[in-house]
Amino acid sequence: MVSWLKSSRATLAIIVMAGVAPGFAGAPDEAPTLPGGAFKTVVPFEEGKDAVLIPPFRMDPTVVTNGEFLGFVKAHPDWQRSRAPRLFAGEGYLGHWKDDLELGKDVLADQPVTRVSWFAATEYCDVRGGRLPRWHEWEFAAAADEERFDARSDPAWRQRILAWYAVPSNRALPEVPAGIVNAWGLYDLQGLVWEWVEDYNALLVSSDNREQGGADKLQFCGAGAITMEQKENYAVLMRVAMLSSLEANFATRDLGFRCAYDIPQE
Amino acid sequence: MLVGCSNDSADADGKAAAGSHFLQDTGGSARGDFGPPQGEPIQAILTDAPMVPPPVNRDYPAKVIVDLEVVEKEMEISEGVRYTFWTFGGSVPGKFMRIRQGDTVEFHLKNHPDSKMPHNIDLHAVTGPGGGATSSFTAPGHESVFSFKALNQGLYVYHCATAPVGMHVANGMYGLILVEPPEGLPPVDREFYVMQGDFYTVGKYREKGHQVFDMQKAIEENATYVVFNGAEGALVGDNALKAKVGETVRLFVGNGGPNLVSSFHVIGEIFDKVFFEGGTHYQENVQTTLVPAGGSAMTEFRLEAPGTLILVDHSIFRAFNKGALGMLKVEGDEQLAIYSGKEVDNVYLADKAVEEGAPVIAGVAAAQQAGSATREDQIAAGAVLFNGTCSVCHQNNGKGLPGVFPPLADSDFLTAKSQEKVISAVINGISGPITVNGEDYNSVMPPMSNLNDDEIANILTYVYNSWDNKGDVVSPAKVAEVRAGTKRPAGAAH
Repeated sequence: MVSWLKSSRATLAIIVMAGVAPGFAGAPDEAPTLPGGAFKTVVPFEEGKDAVLIPPFRMDPTVVTNGEFLGFVKAHPDWQRSRAPRLFAGEGYLGHWKDDLELGKDVLADQPVTRVSWFAATEYCDVRGGRLPRWHEWEFAAAADEERFDARSDPAWRQRILAWYAVPSNRALPEVPAGIVNAWGLYDLQGLVWEWVEDYNALLVSSDNREQGGADKLQFCGAGAITMEQKENYAVLMRVAMLSSLEANFATRDLGFRCAYDIPQE
Repeated sequence: MLVGCSNDSADADGKAAAGSHFLQDTGGSARGDFGPPQGEPIQAILTDAPMVPPPVNRDYPAKVIVDLEVVEKEMEISEGVRYTFWTFGGSVPGKFMRIRQGDTVEFHLKNHPDSKMPHNIDLHAVTGPGGGATSSFTAPGHESVFSFKALNQGLYVYHCATAPVGMHVANGMYGLILVEPPEGLPPVDREFYVMQGDFYTVGKYREKGHQVFDMQKAIEENATYVVFNGAEGALVGDNALKAKVGETVRLFVGNGGPNLVSSFHVIGEIFDKVFFEGGTHYQENVQTTLVPAGGSAMTEFRLEAPGTLILVDHSIFRAFNKGALGMLKVEGDEQLAIYSGKEVDNVYLADKAVEEGAPVIAGVAAAQQAGSATREDQIAAGAVLFNGTCSVCHQNNGKGLPGVFPPLADSDFLTAKSQEKVISAVINGISGPITVNGEDYNSVMPPMSNLNDDEIANILTYVYNSWDNKGDVVSPAKVAEVRAGTKRPAGAAH
C-alpha cells in the first residue's frame, strides 16, 4: 500500500506537470466565471465573522457523469473499480457499474456519476486542470436560484431544498442536466445529488474548536448552535452535516461531484 | 415535667414513626455498576410499537448486542397522506429495547445505503458525552459501533441528534429503551409501547398526497399532526390495543416531540400507578400525567369494566383535530355495579361501530342500485370519509349521542333545512342551541375546513342516503357555490 501511495504521488506529479500541456488547459469554455467577493456563509471559519472573502473562480455547469468518469478510468486504470485500493476508494466505489469499464444496461452515460470517493474525484478534477470546489465556493454558487444570485432569504428556495431531502436515495437519478439552471448558468446544484467539496473535512474542525471544545459540533445536540438561529441556514447546514459524516474514501449512493477552476492571475 | 405523660401518647399515635417515612433511593449511577459482563453475549430482542420485548429475567450483568438500522421511508401519516419518515428500524417510533441495569450494551448503528442523510443516536440511558451521538455519526451505507454500561434504571428516550436535530426528530427518529432494575419489574398481564410525536407538513391536516416537512411550522411549534405511534389511526379500530377485564396493564409511554409536551390521559381509566418521568418512584391514582418531549412515563392500571378506553393527549384539540387519539379495547363481562356502561359504549366504541356499520352502509348502497353510478360512487366514498371524520361525534350509525351530538339518522334537521344550509353547517360549523328530533342541543360543531368540495359532497350524499333520510344527491359544484358565498373571518382556514 505504501509503495502504491508513492507511485500514486509520482503519477500525480506527472499529471500536474502535464496540466500545462495541451489538452489539460484548465477550465472548459462552458464553465462560467463567478465573481466571488464577500459572502455570508453558514460555516464561518473564524469566530465572530459570518462573511468570507471568495476570490473569483470558475465552475463546471453540470456534475460529472458516468460517461465522463468512464473516460477517466479508461485513461487512468489505477482508478478502475477492481484496481483502486480501498484506502482511496472504499467499499462500493463505482458499485453500480457492471464492470471496470462497462456501465451496464441500467446505468446511463448521462446520469451523474455517484459512489466516487473524494480521492477519485480530486484526481479527476486534477486531470481536467481543475480541482474540487471549496465549500464556500459551492455554497456561493448554490445560493442562486433561476433569477437571483442570492435567493437564500426566499422560503421557496429553502423549501425546494427540503423537499429533495424527503426523497430517499433508492430511485434512479435523472440524466444531466436534470433541473433548473441558476442565475450563474449552473445546473442542479440543488435537488440532484450530494457533491464533494475540496475542504469537506475542514467544515467541522475549524468551525468548532472554541465554542464546543471538540470536533463534534455538527454531530450532536450542540449542532450548529451559532448559526442555526437563522432558519434559512437550516437546510444548507444539512448538506454540511452530510459532508461531515464522510471519510475521504467513502463511495456513497447519491454522492457525486463537479470541478472548479482557479482563474490564472495575469 | 408537668406534661410528662404526653410522650406516651405521641408514641401511641404513631407520630414518632412518621419521621422515618422516607422514600428509599436506588443510589443512582453510583450503585448501578455490577461489574464486568458475564456469560455469553446476548442479542437484544427489539420490537415495533405497540409491542414490548419480554422481561429480561436475569440476575447478572450481561453484554447485550443491539443491531439497529436507520431507514428512510415513505409511509402514511394519515389516511391518504404520505410522508417520508426517518426511522430507527423501519417504523415510528423506533424499536423498543429492554435491558437490565448494569448491562453493557454493544450498539451497532447501521445507516441503510438508500438513506439520503447521515444519522446518529443519542440514548438518554447513556452516561457519556452526547449519549452516544458523538460515537455513532454514520454516513449512508455505513455502520458505527460503540458500547456503554447502563448505570441508571428507568425508561429512557433515544433519538437522532444529527444537525439539524429538530428536523431529524420531527421526521420520527425516536424510541424508548427500558433499563430494568436488577430485580426486574413486577409482573403484569399486558405491556404496551405508546409514543407520541408531533409532525409538521406543508399541506394542511389530512390534505391528501405526499406531504413534505415544513420547517417554518416546526419553528413556530404549530403542529399539523400530533399522533401516537407514528400515524393517525395507529391505535384505532383493528389496530387498537386489546386486553381483558381483570387484567393489569402497563403502558410504556414516551414522547419524542420534537416540540410538544403531552398531557397523557386515558379516557375511562385512572392510573393506579404512574412512574412519572420514567423514574423509579410512583404516584398513585392519577388522571393525567405530563410526558415531556424527550421524556417518558410508565403507567399501570387494572381493568375493571369492559369497553373501549381512549388514549389522548388531553391538550384536547390535538386529540380531535390533530390525531392524538388511540384505543384500548377491553373485553369481558359487563360490570354494571362499577359502571352502567351505556354512555361509554356509545361514545367510544367507534371501532365497534365500524364493524356494525359496514352492513348498514352496504345495505344503503344496495338500495341505491336504481340510481346513477355517480350517486353510488359518491355514497361509497362518502361512507369512508364519514367513518373517518364525522362518526367520532355523530357515530357510525348516524344516531349521535342524545343531548350531546345531534343525530343525522332520520333527522328532521336534514328535512327542514335546505341543502345550502346543511352544506354551510359542514363548511362553517354550528354553535349554539338547536333542536333536532325534538331534543335540544347546545354545543359546537367545528368548521370542517380540512374537507374539500368533493369530500363534503360525498359525505352529505352518503348521509342523505342513509338511515331513512330523504335521498338527495349533493354535487361538488353546489358545495363550491355555498363556500364561495360564505363570508369568512380573516385568517380562517380555507
